[in-house]
Amino acid sequence: MKYLDEYRDQEVAEKIVADIRRTVTRPWVLMEVCGGQTHTIVKYGIDHLLPKEIELVHGPGCPVCVTSLEMIDKAHAIAQKPGVIFCSFGDMLRVPGSEFDLLVLKSRGADVRVVYSPMDCLKIARQNPGKQVVFFAIGFETTAPGNAMAVFQARQQGLTNFSVLVSHVLVPPAMEAILSSPENRVQGFLGPGHVCTVVGYEEYEPIAAKYRVPIVITGFEPIDLLDGVRMTVKQLEAGTHEVQNQYPRVVKREGNKVARELVAKVFEVCDRKWRGVGEIPQSGYRLREEFAAHDAEKIFDVEQMEKAEPSICISGLVLQGVKKPHDCPAFGTLCTPEHPLGATMVSAEGACAAYYAYGRHLEAAAKKELTPA
Amino acid sequence: MCLAVPGLLLEITESPEGVRMGKANFGGIVKQVCLEYTPEVKTGDYVLVHVGFALSKVDEDVAARTYALLAEMKQLDELNDGETELEVPLSALGAKPGVP
Repeated sequence: MKYLDEYRDQEVAEKIVADIRRTVTRPWVLMEVCGGQTHTIVKYGIDHLLPKEIELVHGPGCPVCVTSLEMIDKAHAIAQKPGVIFCSFGDMLRVPGSEFDLLVLKSRGADVRVVYSPMDCLKIARQNPGKQVVFFAIGFETTAPGNAMAVFQARQQGLTNFSVLVSHVLVPPAMEAILSSPENRVQGFLGPGHVCTVVGYEEYEPIAAKYRVPIVITGFEPIDLLDGVRMTVKQLEAGTHEVQNQYPRVVKREGNKVARELVAKVFEVCDRKWRGVGEIPQSGYRLREEFAAHDAEKIFDVEQMEKAEPSICISGLVLQGVKKPHDCPAFGTLCTPEHPLGATMVSAEGACAAYYAYGRHLEAAAKKELTPA
Repeated sequence: MCLAVPGLLLEITESPEGVRMGKANFGGIVKQVCLEYTPEVKTGDYVLVHVGFALSKVDEDVAARTYALLAEMKQLDELNDGETELEVPLSALGAKPGVP
């Protein structure tokens, strides 16, 4: 497929890896921000191709993983109400709340539907005027234009039976939370290419300057990721800390202005709780007051629901790049994709789930066997 | 979740509600996409699509230039210092995942 296949080319990959080997003189810790990038890295074994000096740690950029437990419980409370059609992206269905997941609710008779696009919900709302159609609007900046358009169009079209349960999160505040932590190990970032397709990368420039870290906005194919590593390592070795764009075929410095305008019209920045991490100030979007008629939290009166998370798993530390999945004693044993204990195992893009899917738990087990007790 | 895929724009239409829509081909699968955020695109362009929304036009010239630079990299370096075989084979790319 054009613009995909050529970015998986083995010969080019070899050239980039050779260049990285020539460049690197000492150990560096890099974080890829986005869960989709983590998935590519583990799927193609990119971390194994790199010289041993370069360690990749995996970032918090999986919105399914970081959606807070109480927000999942709110979704479940709404989905169980009579007359509700609850719509969601497919990857939220198996995410466990305090008691069950959406798939269990569906099996018990709740009208839970998987949609490809938030716009599909408007059609469902038109076809079911006697029902309340609720969409679980999660995601990073990449998904915000889609969700904003659905809400905006609902108002334009006078669809009074459509609302959204908003749990949007933002990347830059999470990066700052990681960088300002005393436990931080990250020295350079592979920035989130698709987030920046929407918002651009101007807001990353003050972060690179303040924390003196290079940030290379990076794509999602194997060649993109290797090239992102190469550019970041070159900066680290040269002692520079700039924002660079590895992904110019889709990312512009200013992002997509039309999309940014509508997002700003529909949403406003708010504090947001992240699963496994806790509350990060100014790290999310909520609906503006003028769209309150489409705000499911207000309509279904679930705003005050609160829920503490169990403290058995280390997903918070994995999300911040402090620990790796196989550092957790529960990884691959008590905690699997079928029975996830925490954030990073619940979605295919979570670091723990990616490690599990591509056999890293078997490697970890083999290493333990080789080590004498 | 932030998965976004390039597709070839086949046609541009308007929905009954007045929304700029289109059809794009993703390696043989044709899907509806919303084009409200990409007023500049024309049929025959590649668009980057996420949850049914075209977020950006894929810039073909830039893509070709970036790729050519990467593909030529080793030749340039070989002129300088004549490097080195990889210690790790790259068969993992596009083949068996996750195996060192």
